[in-house]
Amino acid sequence: MNGIFFGLRPVCRKEFTHILRDPTTLFFALLIPVLELFLFGYAVDTNVRQIPTVIFDESHTQDSRSLIQSFAASDIFRISFYVQSEPDMYATMRSGKARVAIRIPYDYARNLQRGKTASVLVLVDGSDSSVAGIAVDASTGVALMQSLNRIPGLTAPAIEVRPSVLYNPATRSANFFIPGLIAVLLQVMIILLIALSLVRERERGTLEQLTMTPIAPLGLMVGKMIPYGVLAFGELCIILTVMDFIFQVPIHGSVIMLLLMSLPFILTVLAIGLLISTRAHTQAEAFQLAMSTILPSVFLSGYIFQISTMPAFFRGVSALIPTTYYIQIIRGIVLRGSAFSDLWVNALVLTLMGLAAILLAARAFVKQDAV
Amino acid sequence: MSSAPSSTAAPAPVIRADHLTIRFGDVTAVDDVSFHLDKGELFGFLGPNGSGKTTIIRALCGLIPLTSGNATILGMDVRQHAKDIKRHVGYMSQKFGLYEDLTVSENLNFYAAAYGLSSTVANARIKELLALTSLEPYFTRRVAQLSGGWKQRLALACAIIHSPEVVFLDEPTAGIDPVARRSLWDLFFQLAGQGVTFFVTTHYMDEAERCGRLGYIYMSRLIALGTVADLQQLPDANPPGTSRVEIEAPQVSVLLTQLRQFPGVREATIFGRAIHALVETRSIDALQAAFPQLAIRTIQASLEDIFVTLTLHIMGVPQ
Repeated sequence: MNGIFFGLRPVCRKEFTHILRDPTTLFFALLIPVLELFLFGYAVDTNVRQIPTVIFDESHTQDSRSLIQSFAASDIFRISFYVQSEPDMYATMRSGKARVAIRIPYDYARNLQRGKTASVLVLVDGSDSSVAGIAVDASTGVALMQSLNRIPGLTAPAIEVRPSVLYNPATRSANFFIPGLIAVLLQVMIILLIALSLVRERERGTLEQLTMTPIAPLGLMVGKMIPYGVLAFGELCIILTVMDFIFQVPIHGSVIMLLLMSLPFILTVLAIGLLISTRAHTQAEAFQLAMSTILPSVFLSGYIFQISTMPAFFRGVSALIPTTYYIQIIRGIVLRGSAFSDLWVNALVLTLMGLAAILLAARAFVKQDAV
Repeated sequence: MSSAPSSTAAPAPVIRADHLTIRFGDVTAVDDVSFHLDKGELFGFLGPNGSGKTTIIRALCGLIPLTSGNATILGMDVRQHAKDIKRHVGYMSQKFGLYEDLTVSENLNFYAAAYGLSSTVANARIKELLALTSLEPYFTRRVAQLSGGWKQRLALACAIIHSPEVVFLDEPTAGIDPVARRSLWDLFFQLAGQGVTFFVTTHYMDEAERCGRLGYIYMSRLIALGTVADLQQLPDANPPGTSRVEIEAPQVSVLLTQLRQFPGVREATIFGRAIHALVETRSIDALQAAFPQLAIRTIQASLEDIFVTLTLHIMGVPQ
């Protein structure tokens, strides 16, 4: 290789040797993201099911038992306790053993028989907002179904709404979060590894030696990017396999296209890692800078919060974050089975960002280390 | 003798620095420094840390832009031919510049490829350098397992893998033992004998004395340049009306305090069991009278004496 990429091949070969010879790098690169995927993959399951529920049944009738049955059957509630007094009911809630309390008054069955409104008290623990909202909705639904069943001659509800969720039919939050989690994990690993590799050379003085050789800045940069890109690609394959087979999140679109469209993202984060390394003098500094990229890419990339509901300023910020585009790509292909024509803009933006970051890094490098 | 076009009979200097000035913002790192080095010379460059030694080396390699002045290496202007210069210049610093997790062979091969040597040229050159540095037995050993002296030999081998005509050594022997230091210097002389020009910075006076010529830089300015004998004759190093004397005494530290308060004594420092002092010549008799039991004799200034005197002179310490 000559000209602006002079030195690419020796740097690339040397970097592969470093990686293969250092078990901690390999361990960090290949195993830690998988472990984190397990850790966070199970933690991010935000679907609310099996809310512990306490029952205070004063009615003790066929009707009250039928009502309790339909609560238990909903999967949202899990009947954990029966109590016989009001103070016991409140105590169970206060201790946190139950999140929902259902009190069926002694006149419940009688009011039903007489055609009067029979009221049931449902207490919901508001300290966890997602649990509270679901519990309120679900209990209203249970009561509505019970009421409709009592209308004589009504064999079917007058109006039926049948919500049907496309692309993630079980509305499993794992399906929604894990592709995004993969993007974030991949990003952190790549940025950290490549930034540390360059800063390590600065700390040990080998970078100073390299600046005295005819190796060109782009030869050094790209020569370092190739081995870490290969490593990142291997890691991506591993975590996609874990996602598919262990988390049971199937890839609806083309796997080949997902892998190909991951390349621009890998390129961009590699270049960001290099850019960070030009700003850091020590490995500790590089580590901190790499970590500082995590929060924006978690909170402003659409990984957790929807971008369309963000204030205009943060929408602008999220457009500058590479993870935003990659999350579009990976969610699109994994969940919706999107085609190339749906996602090519994201890939293009990532490629341009990556090329710009490489040039910026090479320039910053020339300025700082004067190659 | 030289094929280079030249108006004079003498060959063109290998390194030529004319009124070299380098500023970083308001800071002047190198101030109007001029010197010439001839082929095969071993030039010692001395000065305190931060005085501009490394900056000059980097500027001569074309890594730092000159603010003003001119510099050429092998006739190539450092401003225009930085890339070509790198192929003719070797550099080695006290930081080794070696990859500790790679083997001796991998380091040599990496630098050979970094300089764009073809594998046949590289293999022949590596063989040659292994013989020169006696590194053959360690060929497949990881650098981390080598001692400091062997690492430094390997660093030298990597620095000259591309057979450079000029070699810059930035404090090459800092922190290695005297035996390894001496054998490394023997290597330098061997290469200098083959026509390689060396530019060496050091803090060791014994190393400086081995150099053919010396430069002393202080506060960004080159304040002395010449052979050891030249420097000993410098008026600033031997202020008129003063003499350098050696005084042997049973209790040198007690005497040192007394001497420093004695009128006419400008500098005094301990050398083993004696004191070296710069004394006004007319005060010597008074000194001998005050300390009749001591043997006082005039001596030639050592390199260290010269540099201390020059530094104090520049700092404006009243003498």
